[in-house]
Amino acid sequence: MSAAPKIDAGLYDCRDTFARTMESLAEADERIVVVVNDSVGSSKLGGFKKRWPERTINVGIAEQNMVGVGAGLANGGKIPFVSCASCFLTGRALEQVKADVAYSNTNVKLCGQSPGIAYGELGPTHHSIEDLAWLRPLTNLLTIVPSDPEEMEAALRFAAAYEGPVFVRVSRYPVPAVPHTRVGVEPGKAEVLRAGDDVAILAHGVMLSRALAAADRLAAEGVSARVVNMAWMNPLDVGAVIDAAGTGAVVTVEEASVRGGLGGAVAETLALNRPVPMEMVGFPGFVPTGSVDFLFEHFGLTAAGISAAALKAISRKRQ
Amino acid sequence: MSLTLAPAPVSGADRIDLVRAKALGIRRCAFTMVHDAQLGHPGGDFSAADVLASLYFGVMRYDPAEPRHPDRDRFIMSKGHCTGAFYSVLALAGYFPEAQLKTYMQPLSKLNGHPNRNYLPGIETNTGPLGHGLPVAVGIAIAGKLSGKDYRTFVLTGDGELQEGSNWEAAMAAGHHRLNRLTVIVDRNRLQQGDRTESTNGLDPLDDKWRAFGFHVEMIDGHDHAALLDVLGADPAGRDKPLCVIANTIKGKGVSFMEDNVSWHHGVPNADQFAQAMKELI
Ligand SMILES: Cc1ncc(C[n+]2csc(CCOP(=O)(O)OP(=O)(O)O)c2C)c(N)n1
Ligand SMILES: [Mg+2]
Repeated sequence: MSAAPKIDAGLYDCRDTFARTMESLAEADERIVVVVNDSVGSSKLGGFKKRWPERTINVGIAEQNMVGVGAGLANGGKIPFVSCASCFLTGRALEQVKADVAYSNTNVKLCGQSPGIAYGELGPTHHSIEDLAWLRPLTNLLTIVPSDPEEMEAALRFAAAYEGPVFVRVSRYPVPAVPHTRVGVEPGKAEVLRAGDDVAILAHGVMLSRALAAADRLAAEGVSARVVNMAWMNPLDVGAVIDAAGTGAVVTVEEASVRGGLGGAVAETLALNRPVPMEMVGFPGFVPTGSVDFLFEHFGLTAAGISAAALKAISRKRQ
Repeated sequence: MSLTLAPAPVSGADRIDLVRAKALGIRRCAFTMVHDAQLGHPGGDFSAADVLASLYFGVMRYDPAEPRHPDRDRFIMSKGHCTGAFYSVLALAGYFPEAQLKTYMQPLSKLNGHPNRNYLPGIETNTGPLGHGLPVAVGIAIAGKLSGKDYRTFVLTGDGELQEGSNWEAAMAAGHHRLNRLTVIVDRNRLQQGDRTESTNGLDPLDDKWRAFGFHVEMIDGHDHAALLDVLGADPAGRDKPLCVIANTIKGKGVSFMEDNVSWHHGVPNADQFAQAMKELI
C-alpha cells in the first residue's frame, strides 16, 4: 500500500463510489459478477463479497487468467466487472485484453484500479501511467477516465447497460466534486466546463479539478482559459479538440505518461486537422521514488504547473 | 577468480549463531524502516528473514565490493514487495551503509518501495509485479551452464505469488534443462494479500506440483537455521535437477501480535505496536 493521502472534507476516493455502485448494479441485475486477483480489499469490494460471495470470483494472483475468465463469464451470459490494479490489468494481461476482450468484442467491463501514480512510493512497477497509451489502439474498447464520484457512477452505469467492452479508470487520489454541466456520460462527448478563448486546457480524471484551479489562476492574470473534460479517451471527441484549437493554444493534462495518452491523442488530432502550439502536462517516463503529492509537485501536475504550461503555449502562438 | 563466502565462513554452532543474529537484525531494521515510512509489507519481511540471513551469511558466495562479479552467486527477490527485509540484508551484508536504510521510500530515495537494480548494488533484477523472478533466474542459470560457470542462482518467491502462471512456465523450462544449480525457495506462509492461499486459489499439494515439473523438493521449517543451512548449502553437483525448497514459515514471525495475521501483509505499526515489537525482537 502507498500512503493514502488524508481525505479532507469535500474530497472523495472514487473507489468508494465504485464499491457502492457495484452493489447497486448487482442488486438490480443478477448477471453482474466481479472478477478479482487477490484484490478484494484494494478494490473495496469487501462489502460486495459479503453479500454475494458466489458472484465474487477471486482467481488469485493471476491477472492473465483473470481477464480470460472474464471473457468466458461474458460468453456464459454474465456481465463481468474485472477489477484489478490498473498496472497489472493493462500491463500483465494486455494480450488477454486485446484478444479475449477487444478483438473478440466480448461484454467485459475492465476496471483499472488505482491508476496513474496512485501507488506513489511503490514505484514504476505499480504505477499505471502507460495504460492509456496501451489501450488507445483497441478501437472498440470504450475507455473512460472519470474525474469525480458523479462521473464514476455514471461511467459504471453506462458500462453495465452497454453491450460490449469498456475500460473504466478508477482513480484513488482524493478529488473534489467537479461542477459538471451535463448529466451522465455519453460516449465520445467532451464537456466544456469553463469558457475561454486564450487557451484551452484539456484534462480528465484526477487532473480535471486541477485544470479548473489553473484556469482560476490564469484568470487572475487576465488570461481566459477554456477547460474541457476529456473523460472519454475512446471514442475521442475530435470535434471538441478541433474547437479547442480555435483558442490558438492547447494544453493537455493527464495522470499518465505524456507519450501516447491524452496528449498523444490530442496531438494527432491537431496535427491532422488544425495545428496549433501545444503543451503536454504528465509524466515523462519512469518516475523516481516519492509520495503521490511529491510526484505531482515534482512534475508540475498542479494548478501552478498547468498554468505555467498554458502561458508557455500562449507565448508560442504566431504573432 | 572464484569468490569465497562473505563474510568469512565460520563453522558449526558459530555459523548458526551468526545467522540467528543476522535474522534478528533484519527484522529489527525492516520494522524500523516500515515504522518510519509508515509503508511496507512487514508480514512478508518477517517470514522471509531467516531464509535471507541463511543465504547471505551461510550459503552464497559474493563480494559486496564487486557486486557484478561474473562468478557471484545470484539472488533474486521475486517477492519484491518485501524490500524491508531485502534492503536490510543487503545493508548488513555490506552492499551499502546501514544508515541509508533511513531513506526508505523517502522522496528521491534509492530505496524505492520495490527494488531497482539501477539504484542499488546487489539487486539482480527489478521486481514488484509477482511472478517475474523465476523466469529471470532460469535465464541466469542457463547462461551459467552455457559459459561453464559454477555460480548458483537462488530465487525467493511468495506462495500466493505461485498463482501466477509465469512461474510454472519457468518451472517447466528449469526442469527441462535440468538446471541443478538453480534453487527456488518458496516462502510458504500460507497467506497472501487478502486471505489464506488455500481459501483464495489453493496451492496444495505444492510439493507434488514442483516434483511434476522436474524439481527435487525439500520441505523444511523456514525458521530453522540449521535446516536452512543444511538444505541450501548442500552441493548442487550431487543433483541432476533444480531444487525447490518449500520453506514453511509464519507471516509476521517474531512478533506475537503479527504472526499468521493477514492484516500485517501491508499493515504498519503505530508507536505502541512498534515499541512492543522491538521488545519482542531480541
Ligand atoms: C502481478 C501482481 N499482482 C498483484 C500484486 C499485488 N500484491 C502484492 S503482494 C501480494 C500478495 C503476495 O502474497 P505472497 O506471494 O504469498 O507473498 P507474502 O505472503 O510472502 O507477502 C499481492 C497480491 C503484485 N505485486 N503483482
Ligand atoms: Mg504468502
